[in-house]
This record gives sequence, structure tokens and C-alpha cells, in this order.
Amino acid sequence: MGEFMKSQKFARFCNRFFTYAFLLLLSLIIIYPLLITVSTAFREANIVSFQLDLHSNWTLDNFRELFTNTLYKNWYINTLIIAVATMVLQVVIVTLAGYTYSRYRFKGRKYSLVFFLIIQMVPTMAALTAFYVLANILNALDTYWFLTLLYVGGGIPMNTWLMKGYFDTVPRDLDESARIDGAGHLRVFWQIVLPLVKPMLAVQALWAFMGPFGDFLLAKFLLRTPEYLTVAVGLQQFISNPTDQKVTLFAAGAFLAALPICILFFFLQKNFVSGLTSGGTKG
Amino acid sequence: MGFSPSGFQISKFNGNEVQKMEIDQNKLKNVRKAGLYSLIPGLGQFYNKQPFKGVIFIAIFLLFVFQMAIAGIPALTGFITLGTTPRVDHSLFLLIKGSLQIIVILLFFVFYFLNIYDARRVATIWNVKGKANTTAKAILKNAWDSGFPYLLTIPAYLAMTFVIIFPVLVTLFTAFTNYDFYHIPPFKLIDWVGLKNFLNIFSLSSYRETFTSVFSWTIIWTLCATTGQIVLGILTAIVANQDFIKGRRLFRIIFLLPWAIPAFITIMSFSNIFNDSIGAINTQVIPAINHLLFTDIPAISWKTDPFWTKVALIIIQTWLGFPYIFVMVTGVLQSIPGDLYEAARIDGANFWQKFWRITLPMILFATAPVLITQYTFNFNNFSIIYLFNNGGPGSVGSGAGSTDILISWIYKLTTGTSPQYAMAAAITLMISFIVIGVSLIAFKKTNAFGNEEMM
Repeated sequence: MGEFMKSQKFARFCNRFFTYAFLLLLSLIIIYPLLITVSTAFREANIVSFQLDLHSNWTLDNFRELFTNTLYKNWYINTLIIAVATMVLQVVIVTLAGYTYSRYRFKGRKYSLVFFLIIQMVPTMAALTAFYVLANILNALDTYWFLTLLYVGGGIPMNTWLMKGYFDTVPRDLDESARIDGAGHLRVFWQIVLPLVKPMLAVQALWAFMGPFGDFLLAKFLLRTPEYLTVAVGLQQFISNPTDQKVTLFAAGAFLAALPICILFFFLQKNFVSGLTSGGTKG
Repeated sequence: MGFSPSGFQISKFNGNEVQKMEIDQNKLKNVRKAGLYSLIPGLGQFYNKQPFKGVIFIAIFLLFVFQMAIAGIPALTGFITLGTTPRVDHSLFLLIKGSLQIIVILLFFVFYFLNIYDARRVATIWNVKGKANTTAKAILKNAWDSGFPYLLTIPAYLAMTFVIIFPVLVTLFTAFTNYDFYHIPPFKLIDWVGLKNFLNIFSLSSYRETFTSVFSWTIIWTLCATTGQIVLGILTAIVANQDFIKGRRLFRIIFLLPWAIPAFITIMSFSNIFNDSIGAINTQVIPAINHLLFTDIPAISWKTDPFWTKVALIIIQTWLGFPYIFVMVTGVLQSIPGDLYEAARIDGANFWQKFWRITLPMILFATAPVLITQYTFNFNNFSIIYLFNNGGPGSVGSGAGSTDILISWIYKLTTGTSPQYAMAAAITLMISFIVIGVSLIAFKKTNAFGNEEMM
């Protein structure tokens, strides 16, 4: 018996040891590259290596440079405008569509969303020129609305699907009894069901907001004037020239771009688990 | 199924009811006649004594005819010829305006069939009930009630039509033209060439070899990177979900970081970190490992040796992609009922048996659809390939670098100094067939859409 207890204790110790070792190692692997970028943002421009160096001088020169000698401020504002517009539009459209798919039985319901889910798997890479020409025809190069529309439209199928999954978790007895009490379509939607899906609305809003910060391909094709670029396209210019890489400037810009999203992300992360498990999965 | 809001299922009448009503001859509306009248939209509605609807339908119809006469017919002829005089006709514009016109026509056809359907339906209602909504107010109210689901989805469909259907149509059409750097409009005309591009992929040895090489790396990349992020995500979720861990919240926040930061930023940073001469991996990490473990690993040519670039890409994608899986699997783990494990423990199951028989099947069952989309995502994961090393180093011919996957090769084909738009479109279509085919099979096998309650 003593032997048995001992071996069990040993197994428990091993389990704890390897668990913590794994968690700490993984944390290190995640934090290390991020720290490199953050620390580079605060270092003098003449660095010779892109590594974690906490000893050399700290400076805010890169940030000063960003806001005085580059168009970073413009890019940031452009990105914010597009991101907010995308967020509002996409959340409204996706919520309406997701609600419909969850609550109503109508002709074409079964196949219409699946159809778009499948069609959107076709890469639009070869049609970038088509978007460019379309923007030309509509006189929409360097405009916010065209890019916003593209982001919104592209995000609809998958997000509608997730939203529908979340609406499905709201018991239907609720709206049925409200309906018996005489509530109309809009009342049921607005006052009964919508308040119950707030966590998913937050997740949707965050994802839609993050999209324009992350995309550089469409933006690169459709924004041609330097002042109208988004952060992603602008930052890429800093390091795209192999002979003249402004690494510290890039790191500073990246730091500022990632910061607000990170903060939002962690405020909303509690919603993710419920949003993802009920929306993205089955059963 | 269960729930369906009141006033929604209107058009369901069985044959008996219709026959019973046929006795009352003078109120009878001829369903077929109503449909035939509606061949000109609106007339069927007038026949059904719904002038309000009729006027709107006729107006839409006339608008379409007008649009066709003014812009539609020229757009379609331009689309068919793709221009006749270089420098005057811009073939690309003609192709795209033609595609837009085809979308307009498709939308009109949807309206057209709805119009005939509506005329026949209302005629049936006349036959069964002996009356139908004839005033504008009643019709609007009915449209609000029964058309509510359609009203709510119209914005989504309009946006998707122009953002998803339009580029797919243009890609589809471009694949059957000779649009390349020998045929750049407006100086040269583009022409329809049929299946030539598709045949060229297989018959021209240069394209065939590049395609085979790029395609096989795309498959290896998709399998390794996605499996890597799934395995790490599941492993981390299981390890981090144990009750005794102190600081579980902190670990969870750290593990979310790769997801919280826009991917292009981390990829560009990694591109510097893996730099052969100034990057942290070679100047800091490898020396540190050598120091700790008394090994003697030399600096690795991450950016100049195709093999090591591929290794680096897979590592980075695993790093980037695992948090998503981690969050989802954590949710699934917390929803597995404790009774299951309790029962297994009483039956004397050990840790591994519990893992293989309960935990893993539960996770895979619940997350299968998302896991599949992870594979299709990486199959077309352009940003990481392009931003890390621009598909390089070196080249495997026809404009593709040694680490280019199909999607980044397509990008190079359309943006390089000698663009091959038509070929890029043809390859896009082939990729699409593969991705759509594979995911349809996978979705079917995992029954992702099968359950009526889901879809």
C-alpha cells in the first residue's frame, strides 16, 4: 500500500512538473518574439540586429519620427474610419441574417447560406484586377466606402453562420410566448432575443473591427495615394525595401496598431469561449 | 423544425380544398392564366385584382427593359466580342461591364420567377378563400408578415452578390480568355480562347512542372501547418484545463496573444526574427540553446535555404493559429459532463483510455467543421507566404518561388512584370474545385450541415 501511495504521489508530482514546464515554455515561446518587436520600437534607429536587447538605450524617437516625418497619423485615422464603418455595417447585416436563419423557415433557407459559404472559398486573388477596374468605373479608388463594402461582404457568410449558431442557443419558447402576448416581428427580435446574444455581438464587432487592421492585400490594390493608405499597407512599406529597412520605425508603428486591438481583445475574451463553442461547433 | 411564426406558411393548401372550391365557378381564378399573364410582370397581378402590386411589378419590368436597351445590350455585345478596335475598345472594361450586366440579368430573373410564382399563388388563394388582399395597405402588411425573413436577409445578399459572386464570375470568364502581358488593354484586345489555358497547365511542360511542384508543397504545407496548430491547440487546452494550475487566467491570456495581434504584424516581425544574419533566432536563440545544452548548432539559413524556410513557415503558422483552436477546445472541455469521467474511473479506465475514448472524440466531434475550415484557410493562406519571404528563396520556374503555394503563385502571376491574368484565373478555378470538393466531402462526412436543426 505504501509503495502504491508513493508511486501515485510520484506520478502526481511528474504531472505537475511537466504541466508547469509545458505552460512556461509555451509562454516563453509566445512572449519572446513579441518582446523583441516591442523593445525594438523603443530603440535607436541604427540597430544592427533584430533581437531582444534590454541593455541599450531606450528612446521615443521612433514614435516622434512616425508622427512628424511619415504619414502614419493619416494611415491610422483611415484604418480607424474603415474599421468602425466595417464593424457597424457587418454587425447589423450579420445579426439580421443570422436571426433570420435561426428563427424562420423560408424557401431557399437550407441551400442559400451553404451556397455562399462554398462560393466564398473561391480565392478572389485573380479578381483583384476586377475590383480595381470596378473601383475605376465607380470612381471609388482611394475611397473608404468601397473598401468597407468589400470587407463587409467578404465577412458575411462565415459570420452569419456563427451568428445563427448562437441564436440557436436562445430557447424558442421565449419568442413564442412573447408572440402569444402579441409582440410583432420587430419587438421579438429587438426586445426579447437581441439582449440575449450580446456576448456574440461583442465578438462579431471585434472581429469585424480587426479585419481592416489585418488586411493589406485589398487595401494595397485599391488605395493608391500615400495619404489614403491603411496602417497595414503603410507599415509594409517600411520594411519592403531590402536595402533600406526601417525596422525600428516598423516596430513602433506595429506596437501602436496592435495595442488598441489587444486591449479590446482581452476585455472581450470571456465572450469568445461561449461565442465560439456554441456558434462555431455543433452538438 | 417546430417553430414557424404566424401568417408565414400561407401557400400550403392540399388538393382537396382546391377541388372543393372549384364548385363556385364565378369566383374562380385560373391559376395557369394568372401565371401566363405574368409572363409580362404585373399583368398577372392586375388579373388577380391587385393593381398596387401590378404597378410596382410593371415598373420594375420597364426599368429593366429600359436598362437593357440603354446599357445592357451594348454591355452584352461588348462582352461577346471583347472589343473590335484596339486603343478604342478596352477589352477588360468590356469584360467587367459584361459580368456586371450578367449579374443584373440574374437578379431580374429571380424577380421574374418570383412574379410568376406570386401570380399563381394569389390566384390559388382566390380559389380557396374566395378573396385575397386587394388594397395596398393589406398587401404591404402581408408582405411585412410573410416577407420578413427575406427583408432581413436582403442586405446580406446584395453585399454578397457584389463582393463574392462578382469576382468569382470575372475569374471564371477571365480563365477562358488570353489576357496576359501580350494582350494588355487598351493597346491590345483580349479574346476568348476556350479551354486553352486549362490545357496549357497540363501540356506546356514548364507550367506542368511548376504546377506539380507548387501544388505538392501546397499540400504538405496545408497538412503540416494546420495539423501543427490543431495538435498544439488541443494539447494546450487539455494541459491548461487542469484544476490545480495556479495562474490559469494569466496563462490563458498569454496563449491568446498570437491571435490578438494582427497577423501581418507578427509575420513581418518573424520575417526579421528569422533573418539569416541579424535575426534573433540565429544571433540569440541558437547561441542560448548551445550554451544551455552544450550543443553546437550552427546558424541556420532560414531565409536562403528552401527547406529551412519551409520549416520556419510551418513553425510560425503553428504559433499563429493554435490560440483559436485552444479557445474553442477549452470551451468544449468545459462542456463535457463530469459523469462521463466518473463512470470511466469506476470502470477502471486510466488517463490514456479516458483521453482516447472520451476527451478526443468529444473534441473532434464538436469542432470538426471549424477544423476543416482551418485546413481550407491554410490552403489559401497568402499573407504568411508572401510576407515572410515573398515565396522565396529561389525559383521553381514560371514565376513561382520555392516556398510559393498556389495562391501566392497566382498573386505573382497577376502582379509580376509579365502578368499572366488568364492563367492565374484558370489556376484559381482549379484550386477552387479542389478546396470546394474536399470541404464538401469533409462537411458531409462530419455531418456539419446534415442536421436540419443546424441548417
